[in-house]
Amino acid sequence: MTPEKNFMVSTSPHIWKGKSSRSIMNTVALTLILPAGASIYYFGIRAICIISAAILSSIVTEYAIKKLRGRKFVMDGSALVTGLLLALTLPPTLPIWMVVIGSVFAIAIVKEAFGGLGYNIFNPALGGRAFLSICFAREMSTWSLPTYFSLSTDAITTATPLAMDIADKTAMYKDLLIGNIGGSMGETCAILIIIGGIILISVNIITWHLPICYIGTVALFSFILGEDPVFSVLAGGLMLGAFFMATDYVTSPITNWGKVIFGVGAGIMTVVIRLFGGMPEGVCYSILFMNALTPLIDRYIKPTPYGFQKESAK
Amino acid sequence: MQKVILKKKSATRGIKVPENKLTEHNPIEPLPLPQKVIIPMQQHIGAPCELIVKRGTKVKTGEIIGKAGGFVSAALHATISGEVSGTTKIINHATGHLTDAVIITSDGEDNWVQTEPAGDPENISSQDILNLVSKAGIVGMGGASFPTQVKLMPPEGKNIDTLILNGCECEPYITADHRLMLEQGGKILLGLKLVQKVLNPDSIFIAIEDNKSDAITHLANLICEMGMQDNFKIVPLKSKYPMGGEKTLLTTITGREVPIGGLPLDVGIVVHNVSTVKAIYDAVYEDKPLIERVVTVSGLVNEPKNLLVRFGTPISALIDYCGGMKENANKLILGGPMMGIAHFDLNFPILKGSNSILIEHAAPIIESNCIRCGRCVYACPMHLLPYMYVKYAKTHNYNACQDAYIADCIECGSCSFSCPANIPIVEYIKTAKSELNKKRTRK
Ligand code: SF4
Ligand code: SF4
Repeated sequence: MTPEKNFMVSTSPHIWKGKSSRSIMNTVALTLILPAGASIYYFGIRAICIISAAILSSIVTEYAIKKLRGRKFVMDGSALVTGLLLALTLPPTLPIWMVVIGSVFAIAIVKEAFGGLGYNIFNPALGGRAFLSICFAREMSTWSLPTYFSLSTDAITTATPLAMDIADKTAMYKDLLIGNIGGSMGETCAILIIIGGIILISVNIITWHLPICYIGTVALFSFILGEDPVFSVLAGGLMLGAFFMATDYVTSPITNWGKVIFGVGAGIMTVVIRLFGGMPEGVCYSILFMNALTPLIDRYIKPTPYGFQKESAK
Repeated sequence: MQKVILKKKSATRGIKVPENKLTEHNPIEPLPLPQKVIIPMQQHIGAPCELIVKRGTKVKTGEIIGKAGGFVSAALHATISGEVSGTTKIINHATGHLTDAVIITSDGEDNWVQTEPAGDPENISSQDILNLVSKAGIVGMGGASFPTQVKLMPPEGKNIDTLILNGCECEPYITADHRLMLEQGGKILLGLKLVQKVLNPDSIFIAIEDNKSDAITHLANLICEMGMQDNFKIVPLKSKYPMGGEKTLLTTITGREVPIGGLPLDVGIVVHNVSTVKAIYDAVYEDKPLIERVVTVSGLVNEPKNLLVRFGTPISALIDYCGGMKENANKLILGGPMMGIAHFDLNFPILKGSNSILIEHAAPIIESNCIRCGRCVYACPMHLLPYMYVKYAKTHNYNACQDAYIADCIECGSCSFSCPANIPIVEYIKTAKSELNKKRTRK
């Protein structure tokens, strides 16, 4: 006779694919090593300090808040990704204490105050960055040329290419691609970000819809308005924003068509801010703006149920 | 032969699941007759049967013990010979209600009832086929257990132009239909001919997933031998879950979509499972009622097997025959891993719809927040928004679920399977559906 056993009872299905939120976040963090590596290459010790400060303070803040609210802290990797992403959008000259403020704000206010992972409306890293730009406008728009691994702390300040008046933009393509320019830490080296994005698409973590529509719209719209499209696409934070920020699951539309709308909308906003707004860069604010529209997009862009017919609509 | 096998088709949606068909090369073995069977009076969708035996009644194998309780119902037969030793109540695991069940203790003889020969099965009339099917208590054996004679009698004004034989068996582990096609292919095709006679469709497709290529070639050869190549066409399908779902299947093959709330016959299609069609053959050619079926026993048992089992046999008998469970087994599943029902009782009987017994090891699953990744949305074969049901069900907003077409959900499990946050989405859906049901009956 088969011995008596206590069988577990649960609803079907009884098998799972085994891809967890955590493994997804870890893969994103791993691909972010590419732009992070570039930032360390170009900005040396300073980059290492900013990245570690941002990651550490993000994780500590998340831990503290979970404890305060009496919830269980799970290392799901999302705080890690937020810290890392935030660090990559900051200028390499930013004082460390400001980095910490930015990370704490990103996690505590932008994410946890809305209910934590899954409930936040805005992308935490971008929220943190926007907060820093408002509080510390001057520090947040001071850029330096790559210092490499020189130990001297006084860097040569420069403007980002977007704010410069450059006569021959085509001559800058190569520098823009490899990142030999002034700018935020992880936004300069376009080629590595593109590689990271392609990896994420090929392992089915993100789909192509959002980044391609976003970048395509910026290129097209800039071109129509008489700008150099390649320059517009490569300069500034567009690549990082399109592949890593806008594609954040929580704050972007669920359906592929929704993602297309998000991409096109963010693209138009970015160009408008760049050309007509008071700021040289518009990626951060346009993604935040589209984050706010995401619930609305999801309400209207839905798949048609199988077998849906006009007369069966209630 | 080329003419028989059509071009391979693939569903537009659908997910990849690990196949784990451990038993695909194990021939069907008859399970030794049990000492005792427990036969619940409701093993199908529709009205329960009316019990017509009492304690102490002597029955023979194949004798009717439960009369069909209405048009949508199916008769029940004694599956062994012996004596009715009592009645009991048993939980119908699909509905959660208690139903009556008859216990028959075996006399060890397996004496069959005498039947009058049905006449020449080659020239039998449609009406006679229908009578035999309903007398034999045949139900859909792919899982839904819908009385078959109902599906063979389309209501007035509905014209059936396409008949699909479902040999997909898309659930992991299960190989019962696969083995049946390999070992009893000829009977299945003769059964299909009977269905053809009743429904008189213009085209007949035999749908088989491409992971059963041996069954595809075997049936194709048989069709040629029988000279049926102008009528029966085999459609190989790319293995995807849930390919064997009626709606997914007929849409992939014909391109038609069943309207919301409708049935396949609304678009002129009837789908029958291979085991069901084999049962129709048995009823007509051998005058044998439906008293046994092939059950795959797989997962964490020592010797996974395909068994031919009399209904009412307790699950424990099957597991013992397969060498017992492995140490770490802690889950007993009736059916496949995607849609099967977890059960706690090894004495539960095999029913008409039980295509598999699966023993698994499961670790408790920790659910986390939905990260809105959209995987459930693109996994859903019914193009629904599974994550929204979770959101609504958590706030008890069941009406919103209804407006989001929750009734269309076929509970295939693709959404839960794909969810990285480990949300048991189907559990939320089932809760929402039963709450909506309660509300409806209260009104
Ligand atoms: S269980 Fe229902 S909601 Fe989930 S994938 Fe299947 S049909 Fe869609
Ligand atoms: S698969 Fe899970 S985490 Fe992803 S959207 Fe659906 S419910 Fe949310």
